[in-house]
Amino acid sequence: MATIYIDNVPYEVKPGKNLLEACLTLGINLPYFCWHPAMGSVGACRQCAVKVFKDEADTKGRLIMSCMEPVRDNIRLSVDEPEAKEFREHVIEWLMTNHPHDCAVCDEGGACHLQDMTVMSGHNYRRYEYKKRTYQNQYLGPFLNHEMNRCIQCYRCVRFYKDYAGGHDLDVFAAHNHVYFGRHENGVLENEFSGNLAEVCPTGVFTDKTLKQHYTRKWDLTMAPSVCQHCSLGCNISAGERYGSLRQITSRYNGEVNGYFICDRGRFGYEFVNSPARIRKALVRTHLPEAVTKEVALQEIWGELRQARLIGIGSPRASLESNFALKALVGENNFHLGVDENDQDLVDLSLKILRKGPARNFSLREVETADAVFILGEDLTNTAPMLALAVRQSVRQQPLAQVAQASIPFWQDAAARELVQDKKGPLFIASITATKLDEIATATAHASPDAIARLGFAVANLISENSPVVTHLSEAEETMAQQIADALKTAKKPLIISGCASGSEAVLKAAANIAGALCEQVKTAGIVLTVPECNSLGLAMLGGHRLESAFEAIQNGYADSVIILENNLYRCANKTAVDSFLGHAKEVLVLDHLHHATTEKARIVLPAGTFAEADGTLVNNEGRAQRFYQVYPTPEDLQESWRWLINIGTSLRHPVLSNWKNLDDINQALAEADNQFKGILAAAPPAEFRIAGQKIPRESHRFSGRTAMNAHHAVSEPKPPEDPDTPLTFTMEGYRGEPPSSIIPFFWSPGWNSIQSVNKYQEEIGGHLHHGDPGIRLIEPVQTNLTHYFSEVPEDFAPLQNHLFMVPLYHIFGSEEQSILAPGIAQRAPEPYVAICEADAHALQLKEGNNLDFSLEHQIIRLPVKINNDITKGTAGLPKGLPGVPYAELPAWAIILKQETTWKHQPQIIS
Amino acid sequence: MEQTTTQNEVQFSDAAMAEIRRYISHYPADRKKSAILPILHIAQAEFGGWVSPEVQDKVAEILDIQPIEVYEVATFYTMFNLKPVGKHVLEVCRTGPCMLRGADHLIEHLESRLGCHVGENSADGLFTLKTVECLAACGMGPMLQIREKYYENLDPQKMDQLLDDLSKE
Ligand code: SF4
Ligand code: SF4
Ligand code: FES
Ligand code: FES
Repeated sequence: MATIYIDNVPYEVKPGKNLLEACLTLGINLPYFCWHPAMGSVGACRQCAVKVFKDEADTKGRLIMSCMEPVRDNIRLSVDEPEAKEFREHVIEWLMTNHPHDCAVCDEGGACHLQDMTVMSGHNYRRYEYKKRTYQNQYLGPFLNHEMNRCIQCYRCVRFYKDYAGGHDLDVFAAHNHVYFGRHENGVLENEFSGNLAEVCPTGVFTDKTLKQHYTRKWDLTMAPSVCQHCSLGCNISAGERYGSLRQITSRYNGEVNGYFICDRGRFGYEFVNSPARIRKALVRTHLPEAVTKEVALQEIWGELRQARLIGIGSPRASLESNFALKALVGENNFHLGVDENDQDLVDLSLKILRKGPARNFSLREVETADAVFILGEDLTNTAPMLALAVRQSVRQQPLAQVAQASIPFWQDAAARELVQDKKGPLFIASITATKLDEIATATAHASPDAIARLGFAVANLISENSPVVTHLSEAEETMAQQIADALKTAKKPLIISGCASGSEAVLKAAANIAGALCEQVKTAGIVLTVPECNSLGLAMLGGHRLESAFEAIQNGYADSVIILENNLYRCANKTAVDSFLGHAKEVLVLDHLHHATTEKARIVLPAGTFAEADGTLVNNEGRAQRFYQVYPTPEDLQESWRWLINIGTSLRHPVLSNWKNLDDINQALAEADNQFKGILAAAPPAEFRIAGQKIPRESHRFSGRTAMNAHHAVSEPKPPEDPDTPLTFTMEGYRGEPPSSIIPFFWSPGWNSIQSVNKYQEEIGGHLHHGDPGIRLIEPVQTNLTHYFSEVPEDFAPLQNHLFMVPLYHIFGSEEQSILAPGIAQRAPEPYVAICEADAHALQLKEGNNLDFSLEHQIIRLPVKINNDITKGTAGLPKGLPGVPYAELPAWAIILKQETTWKHQPQIIS
Repeated sequence: MEQTTTQNEVQFSDAAMAEIRRYISHYPADRKKSAILPILHIAQAEFGGWVSPEVQDKVAEILDIQPIEVYEVATFYTMFNLKPVGKHVLEVCRTGPCMLRGADHLIEHLESRLGCHVGENSADGLFTLKTVECLAACGMGPMLQIREKYYENLDPQKMDQLLDDLSKE
C-alpha cells in the first residue's frame, strides 16, 4: 500500500492506479469526463485537475491531471486548493460554451454526468453570450437518438465504440470547435454493443430511443435489480417502470459478470413486456367469455386436475423457483424438461464438464484477463454477446505485458494503445461460419461441427498425450492444431470457450479435453461453456425427464393432462409430435406471458409475470445463481408462475405446495431438497431482511406524482402495495443508504445522478461491489490432478449425395424467442434464409435469393438461399429460432427436394 | 490534367496512380493506410482542388480501408476542401500574431470585395475564401497562402492588386 496525502490528510491506497481513481475510491468527489473506469485515461478533457506539491514546504504546487498521474508513495495533492478549483470551474465553462443548455427537453436530464460535474465544479452562471455551433443529427437506427449539439468532445464514445467494442462505423470528424461524432452517413449503428453509448456518453448526445417512445425521468422510474433473460450469461440489469409499462433497461454493475456494459439485445429486447400480445387475464377456452377471474380459473383447474394423472413440462427460460414448484406439484417422476432433445444432452454434458473440472469455469471478468483463447463451435457475438466483448479485451493481455515492461501503467490508454499498435494476443476460432471476432483472431477455421471437434481433439492430444490421438488430419489442420497447442501451453491463463451452439457433443468433449490437458500443466486454465437459455443450466441442475418421454406418457395413457410452464413447445420439438401430444392430452394448461402456438392449443391459459413482474432466480452459464426482482406491482391476476403453481397446489391440497407462501419458502425447500442448491439462499437476502428496520425503496426520493398519477381512480393516496417476497418496497419510503449488492434497485449518490454513481458502491473503482458482487456460484470444479479424457473422436464430415447437413446459425437479433418481439430488435433481424456455399449452390443451379426446397424431419421447407462460402460444402446453415424458419432439431440431414416442385402459394412449411 | 468526378466513376490519371503507388510502397504492405495524407493531396490536386465523398471513397478503395477512415482524416485537416472551390483558394491566416497586425480587417475586406463569407466561393466562382491557423510567417503578417505561395505584409490596397492580377490570369 502507498500513503498519499490529500489536502493534508494521509490515506492508504493501492499503488498502480491513478490519482483520480484513488480519490474516487476514497469517496472524494472529483469531476471527470474523458476517463472511464473500463477504458482508462487519455487526459483529454482537463476536468480532473488537482494540485500536487513537492513536499510539505511547497506551497505553490503545480496543476496536474489526476487521471494521468500514478499513485506514488508520499505524494501530496490537493483537491480543494483554490487554483485547482478555479481551473476546473473554467474547464467546465469552456466545455459548456457550445452546449445548448437544453436539460429540460433532454432525455439525459436527471441522470446526466455533465449536469453532475457542472454542479460539482461550481460553474453556476453562464457568461458566454455568442452564437453556439450547431450540427445536423443523424439517424442511427432503432436503438439510439443522436443530438450532437450537446457534445462536449470527451471522445468517450469513439473510444468505447472503436477501441473497446471493435466497432467500425462510428468516428470523429473534423476538428476544432466543429468536431463531430457520428457515422459517415445516416444509418444503423452496426455494433452489437452500441446501446452502451447511452451510458458512456456523459451527456445527451446518444440516448435510448426506445425510452423516448415512453419517456420518463430516472427519478420517476420505479426500478428493480434484475437479470437479463436473453442469453445464458445473466448480465445484471436495472429495469424501470412507470404507469404500468416497462420503460428502460440499463446495465447494473456486477464486477464478476457484465461489469459496466450490456449488449443491445439485453438493453433493447425488453419491449416484449409491453406487447399487446401479452396474456393479462386467465383464459378458459370453453368458458364464455374466455377471460375469467383468478378464482374462476382456479375453480376450473381444481375441477379438472383433481383427478388427473398429471405431468409437467418445465422451461429453460423460467426461474428456478417456477420450475421447482412445477416439479414439486407434479412429482419428480412426472417432471419433464421442456427442451430440445439434443439441447438436453448438450446442457447435461456441459454441466458434467464444469463439475468434473479440473479447469475452472471462468466468470466474464476472468475471461477479460485470459491471455490465450481458443473458441470451438461458437459464434459468440450472436450466442453470448457479452462474452465476445470480454474476449475482445482478453486479446490485449499479452501485448499489455510489453506496456508494463515500458513502465507504462495499463490505464494510460492512449500510450498503451500507441505502444501496442494492433498487436493481439493469441485467439483461435473454429466455427461453423465466419464470426465477427475473426477480425481479431490469430487464426480461424470454418468447418463442420465434427471437423471442429477433431481439431479440438488434436490440440488436446498435442498438449497431453493422455488425450486420444486424432488420425487422418489434413496438413493444414495439423499445423493449426500445433499453433493453437503451442499458444495455449505457453500462456499463463489460457481459456477454452465452447458451448451448445454447434449442436455437437463432440465439440464440447474436445473443449473439455483441451481444458483438462492444459490443467495438467497450467493450473490456472479456464473453461467457459455457453448454454442456450438464461436458465438452461439451472433447469439441467434441477433435472427431469426428457420431452419425448412426456409425449410418450400421454400417448401411452400413463398420464392424461399436462401443465406447461413458460414454454412454446413448437420451438423445442417437431410440429407433428407437439400437435399429436397436445391433441391427445385431456387437459392442457399453459402458464406464459405471451400468446404463441402452444397457448393456442391450451384449454386453460394463465397469465404469468415476465421478469419485470416476477421474482425469481436464474443460474447462468457460469453456474452463478442470481436473483431478479419484480419491478412493479401488477393486477392480482398477473403473477409469477410459481405463485400460480402454489395457488393450484393449495387448491389441490398438495402436501408440499400448500405450505408455501412466498419466494423464500420455495428457495428454502429447494435448498433442503437438493444439495446442489444449498448455496442458493445466499444468492440474495430473504424477504424479512431490513436495514435499520426498513425495507429498500424501488423509487428515488424525488419520485413525483404518486397521488396525481392515480387521480383518475381516486384522489386520496392509495395504500402502498405490499411485497411479501422481497426486502424491497414498491414506493419511495424506506432505507436510503446503500443496500447489499444484490438488491440495489438503482445507483445513486448525492451529487451523482448518472450511472457513474456506481463509483460510490465499489470497493475500489472498477472492482467488486461492496461486500461482494451479486450472485453465488453453485458450481465449483473438483480440484484434481487427474483429468478424465473423453475418448470418442468423431470421423470427419463427409457430404452425402442429395443431402445437406443442416447446422445451426445464430443471430443476436432474431434467434432469441422473447427479444425478437421487441420492435427495435425485430427491425434488426434478418429475413429467413438457408446458407449454402457457392459450390453447392452451383451444383443445385441456385443463385442468391432463389428458393431451396428440402425435407427436414418430415417437414418440407422452402427458404431463400444465401450464399456463404464459409459454410462447409455439403452442409447448410439454418438460422435457429428466427421467425419464419421452422423448428428442427439440429444438426440433422436434410433431403434436397427436386427443385421443380411446384407450389401453389409459396408456403414456408408443408407437412 | 484535370479529371472530372462523377457519381460512380472516379478515375485517377496514370501519372497520379504511379505517384500514389510510389507513396504506398514506402510503407509495409499491411499498413497502406499510412499513405493517406499524400494521397489525399494528390486526389485534391487531381480533382479540381477538392475531395468529394466519391473521391474519398476511391481513396479508401485504393488503401484497402473503410471510407469512414478516410472521412475522419479528410475532415480533420483544413487543407482538404470538402466542397467545390474556386480557381484560387485564398487561405488567410487568422492566428493571434496576424490578427494583431490586422488580419481581421483583411478578412472583412476580402468578404466585401468578393461578396462571400469565409468558407464560401465568390459569385464568379473564381475565388474561395478560407481562414487557416498560423502558417509560420508571423513576422510578415497579415498574410495569406494561395497554393504553395505566400503573400505577406498585406493591406487592402495590396490585396486588391493581387485579386486584380489573379482575375486576369
Ligand atoms: S458524443 Fe458524448 S461521448 Fe462522444 S465526445 Fe461527445 S460528449 Fe463525449
Ligand atoms: S450478453 Fe446475454 S445476458 Fe448479457 S445483456 Fe446480452 S443477451 Fe443479456
Ligand atoms: S478525466 Fe482527467 S483529463 Fe479528462
Ligand atoms: S500567426 Fe499568421 S503566420 Fe503565424
